[in-house]
Amino acid sequence: MRHLLSIEDLDRPAIERILDRAASFTEVSEREIKKVPALRGRRVLNLFYEASTRTRSSFELAAKALSADVVNFAAGGSSVEKGESLKDTVQTLSAYQPDLIVIRTPHVGAAELVARWTTAGVVNAGDGKHEHPTQALLDVYALRERIGGLDGARIWIVGDVAHSRVARSNILAFTKLGAHVTVCGPPTLIPRGMEALGCDVAYSLDNLGEAEVVYALRMQHERMSDSFVPSLREYAARYQIDGRRLSPRQVLMHPGPVNRGVELAAEVIDSPQAIIGQQVAAGVVVRMAVLYELLAGRGAPEGAATASTPAPQPA
Amino acid sequence: MLPLDCRELPPADVLVRGAHVLDPRAGIDAPHDVLVRGGEIAELGPPGSLSAPAGAEVLDGEGRHLLPGFVDPHVHLRAPGQEHKEDLDSGTRAAAAGGYVAVVAMPNTDPVVDSAPVLRSLRDAARREARIPVGFLAAVTRGLDGEALTEMAELRDAGALGFTDDGRPVHRAGILRKALQYQKLAGGVLCLHEEDPTLSGRGAMHEGEVAARLGLAGIPSVSESTMIARDAALARYEDGRIHIQHLSALESVEAVAEAKARGVRITAEVSPHHLALTDDVLLEALDTRCKMNPPLRAEADRQALVAGLRDGTIDCIATDHAPHAREEKEVPFEEAPMGTTGLETAFAAVHTALVRPGVLDLALVVERLSAGAAVLGLPLPEIRPGRPADFCLVDLEAEWEVGEAGYESRSENCCFAGRRLHGRVLATVAGGGVAYRERSFALSAA
Repeated sequence: MRHLLSIEDLDRPAIERILDRAASFTEVSEREIKKVPALRGRRVLNLFYEASTRTRSSFELAAKALSADVVNFAAGGSSVEKGESLKDTVQTLSAYQPDLIVIRTPHVGAAELVARWTTAGVVNAGDGKHEHPTQALLDVYALRERIGGLDGARIWIVGDVAHSRVARSNILAFTKLGAHVTVCGPPTLIPRGMEALGCDVAYSLDNLGEAEVVYALRMQHERMSDSFVPSLREYAARYQIDGRRLSPRQVLMHPGPVNRGVELAAEVIDSPQAIIGQQVAAGVVVRMAVLYELLAGRGAPEGAATASTPAPQPA
Repeated sequence: MLPLDCRELPPADVLVRGAHVLDPRAGIDAPHDVLVRGGEIAELGPPGSLSAPAGAEVLDGEGRHLLPGFVDPHVHLRAPGQEHKEDLDSGTRAAAAGGYVAVVAMPNTDPVVDSAPVLRSLRDAARREARIPVGFLAAVTRGLDGEALTEMAELRDAGALGFTDDGRPVHRAGILRKALQYQKLAGGVLCLHEEDPTLSGRGAMHEGEVAARLGLAGIPSVSESTMIARDAALARYEDGRIHIQHLSALESVEAVAEAKARGVRITAEVSPHHLALTDDVLLEALDTRCKMNPPLRAEADRQALVAGLRDGTIDCIATDHAPHAREEKEVPFEEAPMGTTGLETAFAAVHTALVRPGVLDLALVVERLSAGAAVLGLPLPEIRPGRPADFCLVDLEAEWEVGEAGYESRSENCCFAGRRLHGRVLATVAGGGVAYRERSFALSAA
């Protein structure tokens, strides 16, 4: 695997391989010296055209924990502000011979373009409303830790599905691992044709009780300006996950940052059902596993690429 | 005098030997020798019956088709102001290479063609640069701002074939109504780009399953069809003459059919890309060359457009040739400008997608490729003695890969790039002069 652009690039065994390796990396984070030399001498560029706290810092921590060298480029304060095109920026940065470029942009398909313009591997850290594959992987990781396998699990993704790259990647990842996904939100925020992703669509929380996992999405304030919802008050009345709607046996997830009192009520954020903190913690080990997957063994002769995967068991 | 402009071409003396002449309007569908003298079709005869006069060029038509030249009522030649994308020379070279004998340029240039002086200078430029006859539409509203009518009567006197704000809708019903009223004085067809901006919003592609998958904002089909219904009602009320540009949706075909059934004076066009492609191509690769307005839609829409073209609801094929520079298209999809080039691939794309599989007859496609002339009040090309030589010679079997040998257009944003198509234009005679010879064909003819 050269790039991670979309969850579509991964089949179930590949996802499980990454998650298993992530689990093996948890031990590193618990050491006093949180570093292993697996990617020593590898160069990782973080290219972020959008603000990001947890994604960027966890990629940086992940790369450093594997002893790779990391450089962060933010669009602000760089040549991008002087009007340099994405293509020119990528080709310029490629002259520094990075092994991997981690890119976040507000534009659908930008990571795929970058992969065409560089010889480095590319990780999509969010391309507009399209995908955010490492978020889906860490969500699956955190969920697996909590409930075991996802096979047959009913998962509801609730909120602003239309503007959510997390929703798209997670629908794909959850269903690839055998879960059954329902997306729920106001009809204005569920794109026409969403069922094509292999999920069900609901416009009310009436049947939320069937879910074992409730995944709430961030509701952005700017959605109100375009009349997607008449008010946050009305949105919260219909779609907020609160102590009344969330049952004690359900697991609650959220990609962060949370709007308290909008998509989630305070009492559920801090409840034992919520694994929001575990999701954040999983970010580092899962991204370590992704970096390892893409970089370990790269540059080795053809055929040796499989050396990065666990040796097959003798038959 | 027709308001079409072209640089002076030496009147052709050409003998095309043994080509299969297919002119549905003239009722010809058989091999003939065709002799052109002084730019006019002089004689048709059985294969081998005509001999070339001294000095005449002889083209080998054996195994090839001679078709009435195509007429495109909808191209963007980008002059004045955006010559880095295209100009009158390169755009008409591309047209000739596609078998076109006349094209009509849209006024969304810089400056906009919204006054007689701009139009007159553009026509002067066409008389210097254009390789085939070019006609021009003028803007409906000044600066295409949708607010105030242009001096339509003076623009007509200066040679505007009609009016359009193409690229944008005339979003105010009241302004379109005034244009329809003023049409009674000025004449000229009102060509309408139909889109309700409050519905299309920031959409970058067709609203549907593919957009849902990609996370791209969609342009719903009803953004187009509701405006067609509105404007057909206005045209009916004012007894105006309207032409609907680039139909893309099933609902739009229905709206045009209903308007025609009610007797509205309405015609419509469809582009080769909407006939041949759907938004599924964006799942293969999010290629900005496949970003255009209106967008590629779903298979049901494509089927409806094909059916509409067959039954005459849609009158003609128009390319909406919309060149953009490489750096403008080499950006993320949402950032890229809308538009694909199409003049060089129109015939081959429709022939490959619809004629070869037996969906449409070749004769029908040939007729629709020139029917845009009648829409704008221009004469229809005909293979008949005494008529100006306006035809193209086509090898239906020749297979080629789009873009492999470059383009005649200055821009290379063709949505068919990389596809293998059947059907190659070998030569085009436009306005009585030889406007194009395919390179290898020209060599073999010499």
